[in-house]
Amino acid sequence: MDNTIILKKINFSFRKIIPWIIPIVIILFWQLIVSVGWVSATILPSPWDVLKDGAELTVSGELPKNMGISLYRATVGFVIGGSIGFVLGFINGLSKIARLAFDSTVQMLRNIPHLALIPLVILLMGIGEPAKIFLVAIGCMFPIYINTYHGIISVDQKIIEMGHAYGLKQSAMIRKIVFPAALPTILMGFRYALGVMWTTLIVAETISSSSGIGYMATNAEQFMDMKTIILCILIYALLGKLSDYIAKNFEIIFLEWRG
Amino acid sequence: MKKEILITIRGVNKSYVKHIVLREIDLDVYRHEFLAFVGKSGGGKSTLLRLIAGLEQPNAGKIKQGGHLINKINDQARMMFQEDRLLPWMSVQDNVTFASKKPDDQKEAKKLLSLVGLTEYANAFPTKLSGGQKQRLALARALFSHPDLLLLDEPLGALDALTRRNMQDLIMKICQQRKITTILVTHDINEAVRMANRIALIKDQLIKEIFDNPYRGIDTNEAKEKRALISDEILNKILN
Ligand SMILES: Nc1ncnc2c1ncn2[C@@H]1O[C@H](COP(=O)(O)OP(=O)(O)OP(=O)(O)O)[C@@H](O)[C@H]1O
Ligand SMILES: [Mg+2]
Repeated sequence: MDNTIILKKINFSFRKIIPWIIPIVIILFWQLIVSVGWVSATILPSPWDVLKDGAELTVSGELPKNMGISLYRATVGFVIGGSIGFVLGFINGLSKIARLAFDSTVQMLRNIPHLALIPLVILLMGIGEPAKIFLVAIGCMFPIYINTYHGIISVDQKIIEMGHAYGLKQSAMIRKIVFPAALPTILMGFRYALGVMWTTLIVAETISSSSGIGYMATNAEQFMDMKTIILCILIYALLGKLSDYIAKNFEIIFLEWRG
Repeated sequence: MKKEILITIRGVNKSYVKHIVLREIDLDVYRHEFLAFVGKSGGGKSTLLRLIAGLEQPNAGKIKQGGHLINKINDQARMMFQEDRLLPWMSVQDNVTFASKKPDDQKEAKKLLSLVGLTEYANAFPTKLSGGQKQRLALARALFSHPDLLLLDEPLGALDALTRRNMQDLIMKICQQRKITTILVTHDINEAVRMANRIALIKDQLIKEIFDNPYRGIDTNEAKEKRALISDEILNKILN
């Protein structure tokens, strides 16, 4: 009896470690090949050098400043695009007339890859903040629109009928049935949009910007500063992981009932 | 004792795009009785129940409950469906009270949950419940607003034989205690004869015949035999 419990505990903490094994092995291997000199440090700086670079840039204030700007653009673009997508998806999901009026237009626009708009946006809006926020907003709008819309139109009609039979009025129907039933799909869109948010921002900042992580990477490229380039890539990876983590926790909190 | 009428159905027709489902339906439902609708699949049993619930409107004729015409959702009636139709995002107790506007109804909800044996699950989500427990929860939800009329559309169809029998007993007990008029739709004639004191046979879009069943709820061998005879008679009428 006791033995199985102990085994289970070991098994449990081991499970927590497993996902970290491969990244750690890769970093150690990377450090090794650079330290031993199999690869030149100018072509591929060691993880330790990248870390030092990160520390220096943090102390100088350059990294926090650029990261702050990127985060700001990402968040504002996401909130604007996400809200529009959500509201539009919600209205079109609920109302047949709105659906007729908007949905085919939205579906058509959705098929344009939003990154293809970059030249147009630069010409029309310049390379200032609005242009980048606009691109992120457009990128985030569609996944959230599509998922909200589909979440709502696929709510089980039988449950809606039950709500009617039990006397629910429209607002209570939306609050107690339609929205919670659509929430899993909506959160899927949320998670997907977070990914789109970073990709869009990176591309926009790389092509035209004078600040932000993407700019830091492009700038470093001109000085052949491999350390900073790799640092920026790692930061993207971390930010991506972070937003995924946030999205996942949203699901855990709001979809607890799925058990 | 003169029987008081709760529901009167007069001259009701119902069709879907040229396809007639029910015609010339006349029926009185007495207060506190347990009535069953039986008949072939697709014969219109659920449709008649949904008309009484106000979920559908007849093409002709009138349905009244306690003198009031049912021309929208019938809020004196509560329906139990073949599927549990629970709200999985709400706790068991919230599923009971979900349609209520009064926040102080938790006492009644607790009482009902204990009546159907789900007290220990009050705060759990419905995913934790078995099929039989889910239907017991759906029953508690139906009883919550003290309806005059309980409409049961094959709510036990998906349950195993033993659970089904227990549910039958629970429903009969509760409906008797709370003096609720009940209409049960079922394809299981034995279930109808076990639970109902009247059984209406729906056939060829009509109410073909109504069978009285005075042997309901009596446990003697003689009553059982009599019920079996009524079952056979109904089955023969359905088939020929
Ligand atoms: N909303 C609807 N639109 C069109 N036809 C319908 C609709 N609802 C029911 N019908 C038709 O009405 C007929 C009667 O259906 P109903 O569900 O009342 O039968 P039932 O006796 O309950 O059958 P079962 O025992 O299989 O549940 C069927 O032929 C069905 O196809
Ligand atoms: Mg039916």
